[in-house]
Amino acid sequence: MAATTAVSTAPAPGRAGSGHALRRGGSLSRKVRNNLTGYLFMLGAVLCFAFFSWYPMVREFIMSFQRTRRGVTTWVGWDNYIRVWHDPAFATAWKNTAYFSLLALVFGYVLPFFIAVLLNELRHAQSYLRALVYLPVMLPPASALFLFAYAYQPDNSGIFNFILHSLHLPTSQWVQSTAMTMPSLVIASTWMNMGGAILIYLAALQNIPGELYEASELDGAGLLRRIWHVTVPQTRLILSLMFLLQVVATMQLFIEPLILAGGDGVEDHATSIVYLMYQHAFKEQDLNGAAALGVMLLVVLIGFSAVYARLSPRED
Amino acid sequence: MASNETATRTLIATARLNRPAARRIYWAIVIVVVIVFSLAFLGPLYWMVTGGLKSAHEIAQIPPTLFPKHPGLENYSDAWAQLSLGRLILNTLYYALGALAFQLVLDIGAAFAFSKLRPLFGNIVLGMMLATLMIPSTVLIIPQYVTVIDLPIFHWHMLDSPWAIWLPAVTNAFNIFLLKRFFDSIPSDLLAAAAIDGAGPLRQLWSIILPMSRPIIGVISIFSVTAVWKDFLWPLLVEPSPENRTVNVGLYAFSQGITQNVLVAGAVIAALPTIAFFLVFQRNIMSGLTTGSLKG
Repeated sequence: MAATTAVSTAPAPGRAGSGHALRRGGSLSRKVRNNLTGYLFMLGAVLCFAFFSWYPMVREFIMSFQRTRRGVTTWVGWDNYIRVWHDPAFATAWKNTAYFSLLALVFGYVLPFFIAVLLNELRHAQSYLRALVYLPVMLPPASALFLFAYAYQPDNSGIFNFILHSLHLPTSQWVQSTAMTMPSLVIASTWMNMGGAILIYLAALQNIPGELYEASELDGAGLLRRIWHVTVPQTRLILSLMFLLQVVATMQLFIEPLILAGGDGVEDHATSIVYLMYQHAFKEQDLNGAAALGVMLLVVLIGFSAVYARLSPRED
Repeated sequence: MASNETATRTLIATARLNRPAARRIYWAIVIVVVIVFSLAFLGPLYWMVTGGLKSAHEIAQIPPTLFPKHPGLENYSDAWAQLSLGRLILNTLYYALGALAFQLVLDIGAAFAFSKLRPLFGNIVLGMMLATLMIPSTVLIIPQYVTVIDLPIFHWHMLDSPWAIWLPAVTNAFNIFLLKRFFDSIPSDLLAAAAIDGAGPLRQLWSIILPMSRPIIGVISIFSVTAVWKDFLWPLLVEPSPENRTVNVGLYAFSQGITQNVLVAGAVIAALPTIAFFLVFQRNIMSGLTTGSLKG
């Protein structure tokens, strides 16, 4: 359908005006009027994009090479980058963020897929289970995280430690122990966000033609082989897209450490890049340094996406 | 696609599950899954609600009590008052509905222009909008903040006003993409016929396109309201005054200096509107989730 509309308007007014339209001046003015109407309809959205999206993009780069002090703005070259680079928390923040991203991939990426495969096999209670896994996604994140803060109480008054203790497993200090800080954040974050991925995978699983399973079963493939040779290749595109989205999302870690670990956590074990950016901008009044950090994160994430898009499988 | 929807064969064939032994195993698995998932997803909510019913002493008790000993609602009324939750919820509702209104009017207008009016260079503008999907949202937060403090050209200070949430919400390229793709599937002949009858573009949009686009508009509305409700960093920056905070930010900002049991009660109250919203729109939310992601 899109193709036919494209054809009908394809002789663009600019080119068609060469002589054809001169004879019929009415048609030219109608085309101008049509164009103006079109611009009028998109004006509001274009202004919003210009002010809150396109301009900030340019401005971020400009700000990162400037310094504003007492209302005076000067160009300072790479100074902001050098300053944030030497921030003692800089390396830690990158390390923490990457670690969170990695852990979140292990839990938050693999787990929803297997849950979706499992739910897809059930012929009963489907809609109840779907609603269940999506419920946490709807909660305000602060609400869900305060719930986890409560469950993570480090002495045995916390429910997690109580359960572990009852099962005779070692208890944990959770966010107050340096080793468990990030895993604690990942558990909370996975619980909060997993539902969306599960539902998207479920929809993808339902589009797999049943004959493929039929055929592979006739070839003697067991359950695991069928998952590996039919389910995974058939959902490959959505799996690879979700991988990218998840990495980009988890690299922007902010609210989890802020609420569960007070922002930086014990000995900076929770500090993330976005938190560091927030600190620079609003605690140290260093918006330019924060912009430099923003550029770095932007370059890393766009770079990752570009490399990933190049390496990942294409639709065939 | 619709043909195999009726009896889609999945990993395990239904015929196999119908054997008596397999049947028993299947039901055992169903029961285990239902119990485990209920514990994992409703358990925490139970813990939160009962936590809010406990006294300050009981909530710190070792071991924790699974049922509150002297359940009382004081924490909930304290939380309501101390966190001024009524105010926070109303604020959030105001921001969410306003953002929805602006998104619907401006994004639908733009998508209609891109899809049907097709002015010169329209595709370039569309491409520039879609390109913003590549930019992770938090990365631009600093220059956006600076823009909101002093809007270029107009020198408009938007901090602490709802505009700071409403107008940036319009820059949702995914909405425009979904709407445009949906409008593309509506035959232009219908519009041409209406034009012959003398209907202008606005009339065509209002009387032909919009009534046919109810499903996609429903999806977009639900997700745009949820997005504002769940957003944290942006409202934290642009609505700094306590009386302008959103639920999400207010809960965090007021959390210092409040006892654990009151805070948990506050978290429960803050979650209630979204749970109610979910229960009402559950069907639309579930089907809407896959609209955007898959059928591209």
